[in-house]
Amino acid sequence: MAVASARQTDTAARLATLAAPDAGTWLRGARAQALERVKTLGLPGRRDEYWKFTDPRDLAAPIAPRAALFDPGDEAPAFDAIDRVNLVFRDGVFDAGASDDPALAGVEIEMLSRAGQADIHWARDVFGVLESQGQAPVPRPFAALNSAFAAEGVLIRVTGRAAKPVALEYIHSSEASDAMLHHCVKLESGAELTLLESGPLAARGNIVLEVDVADGARFHHIRAQGRDPECRVATHVFARIGAQALFKSFTLSANGALTRNEVVVDLQGADASAHVAGAAVGDGAFHHDDTVFITHTAPRCESRQVFKKVLKNGARGVFQGKILVRQGAQKTDGYQISQALMLDDDSQFLAKPELEIYADDVQCSHGSTTGAIDETALFYLRSRGVPLRQAQALMVLSFLAQALEEIADPVIAADIQARLEGWLDRHST
Amino acid sequence: MLEIKNLHAELEEDSEVKILRGLDLSIKAGTVHAIMGPNGSGKSTLSYVLSGRGGYKVTAGSATLDGVDLLAMEPEERAAAGLFLAFQYPVEIPGVGNMTFLRTAVNAQRKARGQAEMSAAEFLKAVRVKAKELQIDAEMLKRPVNVGFSGGEKKRNEILQMAMLEPKMCILDETDSGLDVDAMKLVADGVNALRDAGRSFLVITHYQRLLDHIVPDVVHIMSNGRMIRTGGAELALEVERNGYADLKAEVA
Ligand SMILES: Nc1ncnc2c1ncn2[C@@H]1O[C@H](COP(=O)(O)OP(=O)(O)OP(=O)(O)O)[C@@H](O)[C@H]1O
Ligand SMILES: [Mg+2]
Repeated sequence: MAVASARQTDTAARLATLAAPDAGTWLRGARAQALERVKTLGLPGRRDEYWKFTDPRDLAAPIAPRAALFDPGDEAPAFDAIDRVNLVFRDGVFDAGASDDPALAGVEIEMLSRAGQADIHWARDVFGVLESQGQAPVPRPFAALNSAFAAEGVLIRVTGRAAKPVALEYIHSSEASDAMLHHCVKLESGAELTLLESGPLAARGNIVLEVDVADGARFHHIRAQGRDPECRVATHVFARIGAQALFKSFTLSANGALTRNEVVVDLQGADASAHVAGAAVGDGAFHHDDTVFITHTAPRCESRQVFKKVLKNGARGVFQGKILVRQGAQKTDGYQISQALMLDDDSQFLAKPELEIYADDVQCSHGSTTGAIDETALFYLRSRGVPLRQAQALMVLSFLAQALEEIADPVIAADIQARLEGWLDRHST
Repeated sequence: MLEIKNLHAELEEDSEVKILRGLDLSIKAGTVHAIMGPNGSGKSTLSYVLSGRGGYKVTAGSATLDGVDLLAMEPEERAAAGLFLAFQYPVEIPGVGNMTFLRTAVNAQRKARGQAEMSAAEFLKAVRVKAKELQIDAEMLKRPVNVGFSGGEKKRNEILQMAMLEPKMCILDETDSGLDVDAMKLVADGVNALRDAGRSFLVITHYQRLLDHIVPDVVHIMSNGRMIRTGGAELALEVERNGYADLKAEVA
C-alpha cells in the first residue's frame, strides 16, 4: 500500500507539470485514453520487475535534470552524407527552416502538431493503439505518458517503395530542455521505408515510435543515439508485423548518462521477420538499457535480437530480452544474443534473457556473455605490426560486427562503422 | 641478423616453471636455421619470447636483431623491425576480414618505417599475385581472419602474411604440421621464393621432410630450454633415424 501510494504521488507530481496539447477529435480521444493508462499504471519505481537494473527516477522526475551542451568537434552529424529527406527537431520542436521539403514519392509525411488538429486521420488506428497493446504483460508507463502529452512528431504513411530514407535529426540546444516526440509509421502492403534517427533529443527525451508493417512490407530503422554525455532518454518502439513482412531496427548508442530503449514487437502474420540489434559504447557515466519483447503470434516467423555493448570506466549495460512464443506460433525460429566487452574491470553488465514458449515445434536459442578482449588475438595482430590501440579498436569492431551486420544498407552501415571508429579513437587509452 | 645469448625465461605467473635455460643462437643474414627438439622443450616459447607475447618473464640473457635489443620493444615494434612469426596455432579473429587485417598490418609497418602507405588498389593487386602462388582462393581472403579455415589453409595464410610483410627475420613454428604433401610443397616454395641474402629463417619442425624442401644451413637440437647440438642438414637425418634419446644421453 505504501508503495502504491508513493507511486501515485510521484505520478501525480509528474502529471502536474504537463498539459495535454490542443487537438482535433481523433487525437484528443487517444490522448485521454493514454492519460488513463498512465494513472492506472503509475510511473515506474526501482521495485518494478523490469526496472531493477535501471533507476527510472531521473526519467520520472517532475523536472528534467540538466544536461550540458556538447561540442562534437569535427565529427560530422550522423547520416550527413546519405541522400535523405531530413526533418530537424530542436529540443523536440520541429524546425521547418532547417528541414528538407517532406516530399517523397509513395510516402506521405505530416507533422503530428498539424495532422492532430483534424477530426479524423489514418493515424487513429496506430497512435496509442500499438502502445496500449504493448502494455501487457509488461507495463511501459513512459510510453503511455508520451502518448498522452507528446505535442510533436511525424506521421508517415508509406504506399510504395521509398526512393530514399526519411531521417529525423534531433538537436539538443538547451541545457534544461525536456521533450517528447511521438511518431507513427504505417507501411501499406508491399511498401518499403528506411527511417533514420540521430542525435540527442533534449536534456531529457521521451520518444515513442509506433510502426504498423502490413503484409509483405519492409521497414528498416537505424538510429544513432548520443553522443551528448549528460543527456537522458527513454525510447519505445512498438511494431506490429504482418505476413511475410520484414522489420529491422538497429541502434548505435555512444555515451549518454541514461538510455532506456524498449522495443516491443508482435509478429502477427505468418512467415514474417523481426530483427532488433544494438551496438552501445560507453565510457564513464554511461547507463544503457535495452529492453526487448518479441512476441511470436503467427507461425513460421523468425526473430533475431543481437545486442553488443562495449563498456569502460564504470559504464553500465543492461539487457532484458524476451521471446514469447504463443500457442499457434509453430515453426518459430527465435534467436537472441547479448554480449558485453569489458575494456577494464570497473564496468558492469546485467542481463536478463527470457524465453516463454507455448508451442511445441519451435526453435529458440539465447545466450549472454561478458568478457574482455581476447589477449591471444590481440597479440596476433600486434605481432603483424598493428599498434596496440589500433589492434584494440579492430578487436572491438570485430566484437560489434555481428550487430552491425544487421544493417541492410552498406552505405548506412559504413556511416555507423565510421562513428564507432571515431568513438574508439577518442576513447582509447 | 639474430643474436641470442644465454636467454633465460620463465612463466610470469609461476617462476617455478623455467622454460628457456641459457639458450644461445646466432643466425647470419641470408641463412636458414632449423630447430628440432622433443615436445615441451621450449621451441614455441622461444618464438613467443622473441616476438613479445605476454606471460613470459626473461630473467637473464639478451636477444638482438641487427644489433637492436628486441626484448625492450613492443610486439608491433619488433614486427616493424623485421621480425615475423608464423604461429604454430594461427589465431581466429571473427569479425575482422582477412584483407582488412593484412592491409592494416602492411600499412602499419610501412608507416612505422616512414614509408608511404599502400593504396587499396596496389595492395589488392599484390595480394592477388601472392595468394595465387600459394593457391589461396579469393573467397578465403574475404572471410574473417582464419575463421572456418582448415588447418592447412591457416598455415598457408601465415605464409601469405609473411610474403606481404617481407620481414627480414622469419620464424616458422611447425608450419608443416597439418599440411598434406602438396600443401607442404607449396609452403616450402613460398618460403624458398623469399630466400634472399638479406633475409634469414628459423624453421621449427619435428619432421625432416620439410627440410628436404627448405634446405637448412644449420640445424639445432633443442632440449629442456637450450640447444644441445648444432650441426648441418645431416643432423636432421640423424634425428629422423634415431630420435632424441641418444642426443639427450650425450648431454646428460
Ligand atoms: N602459458 C603457459 N602456461 C603453462 N605452461 C607453459 C606455458 N607456455 C609454455 N609452457 C610449458 O613450457 C614448456 C615448453 O612449451 P613449448 O610450447 O615452448 O614447447 P615446444 O617445444 O614448442 O613443444 P611442441 O613441440 O609440443 O610444440 C612446456 O612444458 C609447456 O607446458
Ligand atoms: Mg611448439
